[in-house]
Amino acid sequence: MYVAVKGGEAAISNAHRLLADRRRGDRSLPAIGIEQIVAQLGLAVDRVMAEASLYDRSLAALAVRQARGDMIEAIFILRAYRTTLPRFGYSKPVETGAMFVERRVSATYKDLPGGQLLGPTFDYTHRLLDPSLLTDEEIDAPLERDEAGEPVMRVSDILAGEGLVEDDGDMPDGHVAGDITREPLEFPMARDLRLQALARGDEGFLLALGYSTQRGYARTHPFVGEVRIGEVEVELDMPELGFAVSLGRIQITECQMIAQFKGSAKNPPQFTRGYGLVFGQSERKAMAMSLVDRALRAEEFGEDIVAPAQDEEFVISHSDNVQATGFVEHLKLPHYVDFQAELDLVRRMRREYEAAQNTDTDLPEAAE
Amino acid sequence: MASVEKRTEAAAKGAVADRQRAMGLLAKASRTELQAAFDALADKPVVQPVRGPETGLVMVRGRIGGGGAPFNLGEATVSRASIRLADGTVGHGQALGTDGVKARLSAIFDALFQQPAHRAEVDALLSAIAARIADEDAEKARQTAATRVDFFTMVRGED
Repeated sequence: MYVAVKGGEAAISNAHRLLADRRRGDRSLPAIGIEQIVAQLGLAVDRVMAEASLYDRSLAALAVRQARGDMIEAIFILRAYRTTLPRFGYSKPVETGAMFVERRVSATYKDLPGGQLLGPTFDYTHRLLDPSLLTDEEIDAPLERDEAGEPVMRVSDILAGEGLVEDDGDMPDGHVAGDITREPLEFPMARDLRLQALARGDEGFLLALGYSTQRGYARTHPFVGEVRIGEVEVELDMPELGFAVSLGRIQITECQMIAQFKGSAKNPPQFTRGYGLVFGQSERKAMAMSLVDRALRAEEFGEDIVAPAQDEEFVISHSDNVQATGFVEHLKLPHYVDFQAELDLVRRMRREYEAAQNTDTDLPEAAE
Repeated sequence: MASVEKRTEAAAKGAVADRQRAMGLLAKASRTELQAAFDALADKPVVQPVRGPETGLVMVRGRIGGGGAPFNLGEATVSRASIRLADGTVGHGQALGTDGVKARLSAIFDALFQQPAHRAEVDALLSAIAARIADEDAEKARQTAATRVDFFTMVRGED
C-alpha cells in the first residue's frame, strides 16, 4: 500500500519569504543593482553565462542576485529560463581570427604579430588583499598608447606555415554539427559535441581534470599557444532576406593549447592541439577546456586510455554542474518511504544474523 | 545585354551590402540612440506590426581549433521584430538581448532605409552610430595597446 503524505505548504511558503528577507539582508544598506553586478562582478556574471550556456549579461546578473551569489544556483536558474524561449536558429560560426582583441598572450612565441597584450589581467598581481577597496576610492583612468594597427595573428597560423602543427580540426564531409540541447548524449561522441558539452561544463571540474593531466594522469606536455579574449560578431542567416545580418558582438575567450607530437606513416611528426572556447572573460575555463579536449582525443591519436581525463563517458557525463547538483542535492528531499524499506530490510537481516549467531552458540560443532 | 545584367547584378549586390551594414549598425545601436532618432523624425511613419517583437535564442557556433568544423558553443538571447509601413515596405529588426522595443525601432529604421525619401535621415543616424562605436573601439584599443609588453634584452659581457 502506498500512502501519499501531504504537508509543509505553509513551511515552504514561509521559508521562501525568509529567503527573500535574507537575500536582501540589512535594509540600512542600499540594495545591489543589476547594472552594478554586471559592471563590478563581471567575471561572476561571465561564469554564469558560460555554464548556463546562455549569453545575456543582464539575465545572468539577475540570476546571481536571485541566487545570493551561489554560482551553481544562478547557473541552474538561467539554464531553466532558456528552456522557456523559442530557438530562432543557428548563427554562422564566429570568426575568432577576426576578434576585436582585449587580451592576447602566447607562451610559445615572445615576439609575434600583434604582440603580447596583457589587457585587464590578474596575472602578476601579488594576490594581496587591497584595503583601498574597502572604501570607494578614486580609480585612475587607464593609460593609452597609440596602437600599432598590427593584426593579431593566430599562433596556430604561424606554426601551420611550417606544417609543424595539425590543422584546426575537421569533421567528415557532410557532418552537421550536433547539438546536445536537441539530442540525448550518446557515446562515443564526436569532437564537436564534446566541445559543446565542455563549453558549458563546470569550471572547477574541468580545472581539476586539466590539472590531473599535468600531474601525469594522461600526460600531454602542453603549451599555451595563445589565449585571446575579445569580441566577435554574431551573424544570423535571414531566410526572409536571403542574406546574413549581424546581431551584435559578444565577448569570448579562446585558448589554443599545443601538445606533444604525433606522426604516422602518412604524416610527419607535428604538434597536436586542444581547443577551448568560452563565453565572456574566462581564461582559466578556456585553458582547462583545451587540456581536457586534448586528453579526450586519446583514441584518435592511438594513445592508451589510462586516466580519468581521457575517459569520454566519465568526463562528459559528469561535467554538467546543473545535472550534478540536481542528482546530489535531491538526496536531501524526503526519502521517508525508501528509507523505511531499507530500515525493514536491515532489521530483517539483523534478525537473521542474530538467529544464526544463536544457532552457532547452541550447536558449536554444527559449523564444522 | 550581358553588361546590363552584370551591372544590375552588381547594383543588387551593392544594395544587399548596404542593407547588411545598416542592419548590423542598428543591431549595435542603443535603444536611446534609436528612440532619439525616431522622436526627431519630422513625419512619423505609420507602422503596422508584422511579427513580434519577440525574444528567443540563437545558438552561437564556433569552429574547432578556431577555423575548423563548426560546433555549437551556446545560446544567446535575441529579440526581433518585423513591421510594415503604409506603402508596404517591410522592415526587420534583430539584435542580441531582450529589448523588444529596440528591435521594433530597428525594424522601423530598416524599412525607412529602403525608402529613398528617408534614406538621408537614416544614413545620418547610421553614421552617428558608426562614429560612436569607432570612438569606443579606438579608446579600448589604445588602452589595450598600453598593456603591450615591450621586451628588452639584457646584454651581458662583450664578444
